[in-house]
Amino acid sequence: MDSNMFHKRREKLDLFKAFRNKTVQVQEKPVPDDLYTKCPSCGSPILSTRFREMLRVCPHCGGHSVLGARDRLAATVDEGSFRELFGQMAANDPLHFPGYAEKLSGLEKKTGLREAVVTGTGKVGGYRMAIAVMDSRFIMGSMSSAVGEKITLLAEYAAKKRLPLIVFCASGGARMQEGIFSLMQMAKTTAAVERLAEAGCLYVTVLTNPTTGGVTASFASLGDIILAEPGALIGFAGPRVIEQTIKQKLPEGFQRAEFLCDCGFVDAVVPRGQLRDTLAQILKLHSREGR
Amino acid sequence: MEEQNTTAYQRVQRARDKNRPNIRDYIAHLCTDFFEQRGDRGSMDDAAIVGGIALLGSRPVTVIGHQKGRTLEENVRCNFGMPQPEGYRKAIRLMEQAEKFGRPVLTFVDTPGAYPGLEAERHGQGEAIARSIQKMCSLTVPVLTLVTGEGSSGGALAISVANSLWMLENSVYSVLSPEGFAAILWKDGSRAADAADLMRLTAADLLDCGVADRILPEPEEGFTGDCIGFYTTLREQLIAEMDRLCAQSPATLKNGRYKKFRAIGSFKA
Repeated sequence: MDSNMFHKRREKLDLFKAFRNKTVQVQEKPVPDDLYTKCPSCGSPILSTRFREMLRVCPHCGGHSVLGARDRLAATVDEGSFRELFGQMAANDPLHFPGYAEKLSGLEKKTGLREAVVTGTGKVGGYRMAIAVMDSRFIMGSMSSAVGEKITLLAEYAAKKRLPLIVFCASGGARMQEGIFSLMQMAKTTAAVERLAEAGCLYVTVLTNPTTGGVTASFASLGDIILAEPGALIGFAGPRVIEQTIKQKLPEGFQRAEFLCDCGFVDAVVPRGQLRDTLAQILKLHSREGR
Repeated sequence: MEEQNTTAYQRVQRARDKNRPNIRDYIAHLCTDFFEQRGDRGSMDDAAIVGGIALLGSRPVTVIGHQKGRTLEENVRCNFGMPQPEGYRKAIRLMEQAEKFGRPVLTFVDTPGAYPGLEAERHGQGEAIARSIQKMCSLTVPVLTLVTGEGSSGGALAISVANSLWMLENSVYSVLSPEGFAAILWKDGSRAADAADLMRLTAADLLDCGVADRILPEPEEGFTGDCIGFYTTLREQLIAEMDRLCAQSPATLKNGRYKKFRAIGSFKA
């Protein structure tokens, strides 16, 4: 009886062992590639739908990652009110720079943009305005002749129609492939912004990551009101160039939006989720009604 | 002159030659009664930008320009001609006075670019350049710019939004130094000569694309002698050009500057 008991127990154990060692062939359900997005700042996985809802701001670290011009417009302008202007304009290749033409056509396919800025008119919080949004995915939002021309045309349009102008800046600076033509866009855009000022129109710039070089040294720094997104790199010279010049590491947070605000060059650092309301408030404060 | 065979990079090297005249030489030879004005009225005097009032012929003009040195000691003082934001703010202050007193502005450009330093960034290098460009756009007095050496990047543009922009035969004007250009595009700063060929930075190139309005020949023997003939011709040309510009109305001068820069660019519409 005793032996029988042990025998049964052994049988049970064997069964259990067999079950434990059994490799079950399960059809693996692949996780879709785009279900999660890795935060470029902190590396945390974020549910992609949530990331889009958050306008590509990480819920874990608050890092503001690249937001394309079309997504930015959708997040800023009242639904259905945006009308694109000068959308057909594109870059030329004035220096016949090797590889530039191919780069441009490749980017057009990849981003659906013809240039590094989208321009038009619309409403924010019910207030009419002209708006330009730069896109850093297009050769780092660099200033080509076409970018300069579009911003100039829009500023001239705003001055003529007496509309406020809002420019979202995102740029590494000059479009090197266009040489001196790129440099001259700084004078051209600044002249147009000056005319807008003389016409008494409100001009607001929003500095996003990164805003550097010739864009900082022209229209980006000339807003009546200058806003910046948290953590955005803002400066004239790039951090690497400065480090090479002064031969030392730059302090933490140097040339970031918060630093620029402390130094007196930015009115307010506004998280992306609050930008639309802040812009609507500024437009309201400058509205011609009630004056 | 020999000049057909000169490469773009040879021009760059000539433009940087430390024996070329600097702004103080030009002022001494072209003007009289120079009174130097210093300081930005905010925090400092930037020696990389020289400015003041002088007589060009019998006409008072406001003179502003980059200062490069010849010796190391001089260059330490004027930071190799690389201005800080305070230098541009000094320039803005002097331009405001020129506007107030109806004085034409004469600028001299010779800089490797604005200084890429920590304090310069903290004090708003980009903002200072933007404001200087904006101030020049708003002026109703004549503005004449002479590019005498190297004119690089926003640091040069900040004081060269002019009605007439003249370049010396061996001066260059570009978005960035050829070394910087090569480093950015090819990650190889030693390919500066290749970059210079592509960049269209010589006086002839810039005349061709509408940035420069006139090229001024240099003394055939270079700037080794007393250059009396060179300065005499240049002074006569400057006086004649100022006469021509001063005959225009303030609105015409301002609009003329707008149109000049408005027209520069190459794009598909």
